[in-house]
Amino acid sequence: MNTAVDSRLNSKIPAGAIEDKWDNYKSDMKLVNPNNKRKFKVIVVGTGLAGASAAATLAELGYQVEAFTFHDSPRRAHSIAAQGGINAAKNYRGDGDSIHRLFYDTIKGGDFRAREGNVHRLAQVSVDIIDQMVAQGVPFAREYGGLLDNRSFGGSQVSRTFYARGQTGQQLLLGAYQQLARQIGIGGVTLHNRVELVDTVVVEGRCAGIVVRDLLTGEIQPHAAHAVVLATGGYGNVFFLSTNAMNCNVTAAWRAHRQGAFFANPCYTQIHPTCIPQSDETQSKLTLMSESLRNDGRVWVPLQPGDNRPSAQIPEGERDYILERLYPSFGNLAPRDISSRAAKRAVDSGRGVGPLQNGVYLDFADAIARLGKDVVQERYGNLFEMYERISGENPYDQPMRIYPASHYTMGGLWVDYELMTSIPGLYCAGEANFSDHGANRLGASALMQGLADGYFVLPYTIGNYLAPMLNKPMPGVDHPAFQAAERAASDRYRRYLDIKGTRSPDYFHRLLGKIIWDYCGMERTEQGLEKALSELPALYDEFQKDLRVTGDGVSTNQTLEKAGRVDDFFQLGMLMCRDALERRESCGGHFRAEYQDDEGEAKRDDENFAHVAAWEWTGNPMESIRNVEPLEFEAIHLATRSYK
Amino acid sequence: MTAHGQHLTNLTLTIWRQAGPEAHGAFESYRIDSISAEASFLEMLDVLNERLIEEGREAVVFDHDCREGICGTCSLMIDGQAHGPQKGTATCQLHMRKFQSNATIVIEPWRATAFPIIKDLMVDRAAFDRIVESGGFITAQTGGAPDANLIPVPKPVADAAMDAAECIGCGACVAACPNGAANLFTGAKVTHLNLLPQGQAERYSRVEAMVETMEEHFGSCTNHGECEGACPKSISIDVIALMNRDYLKAKIANRKQLARS
Repeated sequence: MNTAVDSRLNSKIPAGAIEDKWDNYKSDMKLVNPNNKRKFKVIVVGTGLAGASAAATLAELGYQVEAFTFHDSPRRAHSIAAQGGINAAKNYRGDGDSIHRLFYDTIKGGDFRAREGNVHRLAQVSVDIIDQMVAQGVPFAREYGGLLDNRSFGGSQVSRTFYARGQTGQQLLLGAYQQLARQIGIGGVTLHNRVELVDTVVVEGRCAGIVVRDLLTGEIQPHAAHAVVLATGGYGNVFFLSTNAMNCNVTAAWRAHRQGAFFANPCYTQIHPTCIPQSDETQSKLTLMSESLRNDGRVWVPLQPGDNRPSAQIPEGERDYILERLYPSFGNLAPRDISSRAAKRAVDSGRGVGPLQNGVYLDFADAIARLGKDVVQERYGNLFEMYERISGENPYDQPMRIYPASHYTMGGLWVDYELMTSIPGLYCAGEANFSDHGANRLGASALMQGLADGYFVLPYTIGNYLAPMLNKPMPGVDHPAFQAAERAASDRYRRYLDIKGTRSPDYFHRLLGKIIWDYCGMERTEQGLEKALSELPALYDEFQKDLRVTGDGVSTNQTLEKAGRVDDFFQLGMLMCRDALERRESCGGHFRAEYQDDEGEAKRDDENFAHVAAWEWTGNPMESIRNVEPLEFEAIHLATRSYK
Repeated sequence: MTAHGQHLTNLTLTIWRQAGPEAHGAFESYRIDSISAEASFLEMLDVLNERLIEEGREAVVFDHDCREGICGTCSLMIDGQAHGPQKGTATCQLHMRKFQSNATIVIEPWRATAFPIIKDLMVDRAAFDRIVESGGFITAQTGGAPDANLIPVPKPVADAAMDAAECIGCGACVAACPNGAANLFTGAKVTHLNLLPQGQAERYSRVEAMVETMEEHFGSCTNHGECEGACPKSISIDVIALMNRDYLKAKIANRKQLARS
């Protein structure tokens, strides 16, 4: 295996003690004079938490900003669906929280596969995020004295999670959206809605802009800029069934990857333990029930396989509270990867519950008895309603049924400390990058990372890149590289229409998702991954020959949009399986059945795999090159993760 | 209601098809032989679309995304009701168990002058963004915020602000209103921000700008209350009263400011 340090994978971590690195960076970085900022154009693709906060902040600083979203409005981005909360090391409860503890919890939660420098900075700026969002009017939960309330979340022993009912993502996104809307209103940001990135353009080794497709007219348009930010979310929809929104896709990141941006750790995907189990064959997506429910809900299955009595008829002594039994110190708040595997094993052992025996119970009976129904309703009312709307069952009367589902992707475009990809001038923020969560993300940390990147990291680091480019000529959209990218994009979408096969894009997406879920889901084996890698190219070949896209390329055509996205998911899926195969250890969300201890817990191999795998495109995902960035742990000692 | 685990049979969908903004639209009928009661309404449309594609016909265009009732992308008038028959529920959260076998279901786009049809069931709701851009924010540039607990907010105020802030911006209120008014949407945002201590500095300029932008695009409110009934978040019509009160005050307050300048 290649373990040589690659100069292209220089993480640019600043010198100094861990707690001084970010301050040292800010003291040394180059600045752009306020009057010169307007001479620089920055493109931000995606308007979720990371994109909206970056676009608004860069415009406030004075840069010319162009924001792009495939939605009708920036407010629709999938950050909106995050329920539970956002972490910050405020220590408002006086329960021993600190920046160091949040840093440590995040590194440990990620199973020691994240970069220390980036994670420490995340913990540092977490406190500023809460201040900023409160100033913008985000209606966080309050106590009667008017101060902010907190709750606890999986993988931590302090209460550091701020929340707005079960709609924290919505309220934070609306806060960032409103800040962006203000800039759009006063001309600081130009918004392009209902357009999709179809390529990034690189000229003389620097990112020179993007090419987009107008989803209403099919028109391919070039846009040049001094720097480009991709804040385009994760790739969880590769599984077909996931908690992602229907339109979430990997296309922007994947197209950048094909232009030279390394794709890091694609096998690190998070399977969230508390989703509503699949109910029938037409199911298009899975719905998450916030992890915060595990504060008061107890996870159990019948002790005996095949026990299909209604839950109320199963006496206490014949129930197995699996998380409380296996992980007494964290109990029902064990981290996501660990809780998910415990649920999978219970179902695999024949103890699944519900009509399809594909779930485990999450029971609130004790909480209702202890706290009263009113308190439970106050905490989780909207989640209970959502559950009832979807399942048709009332969780006040009978336990919820839950099962793990694909939820978040820790892997993504490789970025350095400045969030710059391996293409100079191309940045990547939020879930789309790989940097902060290692092999597993803790609950309530996705919102934190998106806003940290957009508000408090990119606005500094982009200036450092732009400053030396002042008054230098920049390639315009008439450059041949733009014209070539436009032609390639037009050809690509024309090709989908011309195949005229027999099957819809969804048909192929469903089959692709099943292969990935079966062989690259919660538990992976060498044999299974080899099988996936033999099936995927064959199915991809069939996709390219038998796809049917009806309609035309010059008006709204959601089938054509989907075809492009499924194409990119196929290529990513192959890379994911290759990455999972090459990582011969278990860590966080990547669980290789061959590498587990006697109690079935993940067994890391720090000797050989304490590194980031950054894949380089060569023209075929089956032949991509695996480059390595070693991870160095100076502030934290590598340890076996234990939540027992 | 159709029982758990059952299938509905012999449904007729009467769907509005329109090739583009300027094209002439018409209803077309499609038959669904059988669909699980556990399927969501949009999953039924997915099934129809997959069949249409495989038959070589163009899929029905409709807006949708999160399918969790929070992003506000989905719409649809279902049998003349915005988001269909289930109260407090967005179309994406509506399930087929709420319907019966042999039913004919009429599916239309939002009908409102301010929301022009793009194609089939998809409409353009950009006018909502214009209202927010005109004042639906608290000006707080990144970096200058004081510690979050320096601004205590009484719990009842925070709760009332949150009730209003739950709006998902779907446009059902406009579609349900006989006048095509956007007062519930605008009132919800004004109420969210104007109740909070952080929102006081711009309270009157905000309401004035937002109401006047709203009136450029949408019809006038005449207190029908259809908006509240159609809202998937059950936002109270009280937000309109609060907006009207602040708008009236703004007209006086802002005049005073002008006199001083």
